Amino acid sequence: MRTDQYQGHDYYEMDELLSEEHKLVRDAARAWVKKEVSPIIEEYFEKGTFPKQLIPGMAEIGAFGPYIPVEYGGAGLDQISYGLIMQELERCDSGLRSTSSVQSSLVMYPIWKYGNEEQRQKYLPKLASGEFIGCFGLTEPDHGSNPGGMITNFKDAGDHYLLNGAKMWISNAPFADIAVVWAKDETGRIHGLVVERGMEGFTTPETHGKWSLRASNTGELVFDNVKVPKENLLPGKSGLGAPLGCLDSARYGIAWGAIGAALDCYDSALRYSKERHQFGKPIAGFQLQQKKLAEMITEITKAQLLTLRLGQLREEGRATSAQISMAKRNNVDMAMKICRDARQMHGGMGITNEYPIMRHMMNLESVVTYEGTHDIHLLITGLDITGENAFK
Amino acid sequence: MKILVCISKAPDTTTKISFTDNDTKFNEDKVQFIVNPYDEWYALVRGIELKEATGGTVTTITVGGADHDPIIRKALAIGADGAVRVNAANSDAFFVADQIANYAKANGFDLVLTGKETINYNGSQVGAMVAELMNLPYVSIASKLDIDGSNAKIERDVQGGVEVVTGSLPMVISCAKGMAEQRIPNMRGIMAARTKPLEVVEPSESANLTKVVGYELPAEKGAVKMIDPENMGELVSLLHNEAKVI
Repeated sequence: MRTDQYQGHDYYEMDELLSEEHKLVRDAARAWVKKEVSPIIEEYFEKGTFPKQLIPGMAEIGAFGPYIPVEYGGAGLDQISYGLIMQELERCDSGLRSTSSVQSSLVMYPIWKYGNEEQRQKYLPKLASGEFIGCFGLTEPDHGSNPGGMITNFKDAGDHYLLNGAKMWISNAPFADIAVVWAKDETGRIHGLVVERGMEGFTTPETHGKWSLRASNTGELVFDNVKVPKENLLPGKSGLGAPLGCLDSARYGIAWGAIGAALDCYDSALRYSKERHQFGKPIAGFQLQQKKLAEMITEITKAQLLTLRLGQLREEGRATSAQISMAKRNNVDMAMKICRDARQMHGGMGITNEYPIMRHMMNLESVVTYEGTHDIHLLITGLDITGENAFK
Repeated sequence: MKILVCISKAPDTTTKISFTDNDTKFNEDKVQFIVNPYDEWYALVRGIELKEATGGTVTTITVGGADHDPIIRKALAIGADGAVRVNAANSDAFFVADQIANYAKANGFDLVLTGKETINYNGSQVGAMVAELMNLPYVSIASKLDIDGSNAKIERDVQGGVEVVTGSLPMVISCAKGMAEQRIPNMRGIMAARTKPLEVVEPSESANLTKVVGYELPAEKGAVKMIDPENMGELVSLLHNEAKVI
């Protein structure tokens, strides 16, 4: 891969709306990514494995639960800082951002929000430092967009629960130390349980043959009469709203992350179009290339404004799930379209790993359907504005 | 050991350079500023490493307005213990050096570190002037620095080799590549920087000894001339008469 020459793009001078600390957090994440990740990302994407040696560095830059309070090992940063870190990680690779999103929003967030004090003290500092890696089990082989139909369940067996079932498409599963698993109790109510690696009957087979998120490990969680101690049940919230609350946090991070992927493709296309000459001048001087570039930066700028505002609302605790859905859906779609145009602008070079474009494009094929599909998010907006449920 | 590190701001290296006020002032509009890399990567980081090894404090000093605060916070996030900003425009090297020297004399430091130069004006003057004004020994463009008690051992890259210099603290040293590795601020450092002291002091009476007559950009690079390999005579003639390099 070529040297990472990435520069941020801020067409509407939105940096003025960020604090000094926001910029410090973002620039530190960017510098770390350029130094530690860019030189190796293509190799790990090709090998199809997550570069685990990056975990301590990710913890250092605050990629694990930056908004978790300091007393639990987090950084106590705000939601916009979290978003900016996600943007910088996904600017390099969606797989890297996925690992961070899962750890932060899907593992640390529920333990922080729904766990008791003992659970917070037990898990959060180790998750923040990267000593523990977590994963999140909600999706099942037959229940994706309809998680409420899950069949994974647990029964009260006196001094412990007995957990049975299987989860699929779980980021970090193959090497996670703990899993936050959503399962139904005997009354059919959904609860979160912390399952630890090593518990008898708990296995995490890896999913092979992915063409997307290759620098992130994905797997299944299989529970065969797993004895889960009763103190591992998250007592603070139950029902489908509990896992959906985690997804709000993760989707918010994805909205920022997708901007990162789009920025990287735009940045590469802009630079390439100035360097590549045809018919005696840079291709940046041709109208059809300018149309692509101008539309890219227009869409990126719109997404930046949308997402920063969402961050402000989220910081104030006012962002609705529907608002988060709109941003996730819009930004991922925007990034996918920019990848395609950027790929064309790079000509043949665009299909090689000399440039990050096709890696982003392949990654985003997962991002557009995970954490709520493109279509489901549209129906969430539809439901929100009409009051009519078109899911089922 | 009390270490003072001089920190200045410089435009990001990707900045498009232009001038205002009849080409007598650098146009700062829309320019991203960074900590001058020689100050940050080498002077500051080596200062922090020495402090971590032997104890003591690292204080940064910057001459400039409140627009310098972001780069000062970054220095604190990287690991400086405290910062001082002399609240005055950094108009010329003597003025800046005089402010730093006055502060350093009044507060007593064992070691004053600067970058070997700033990447915008490349004057390489402040370190030497600070040393002179404080009547301290000065070693310029150091690529290695070790401290043992009150003795300093310094290496300087010279043509074809390395020059080793020793001296006694207190002293002033300007730092170059090799002195340390870049440190990216981590989250703990960024959080800690929120509460570290940034003291703003008013400037002491001092003179500006420089008057800027004008700036101009270097001539645009011309197109590459391709010379046929068979035609060495023309190449030699062009190098001699046009490029004037032989």
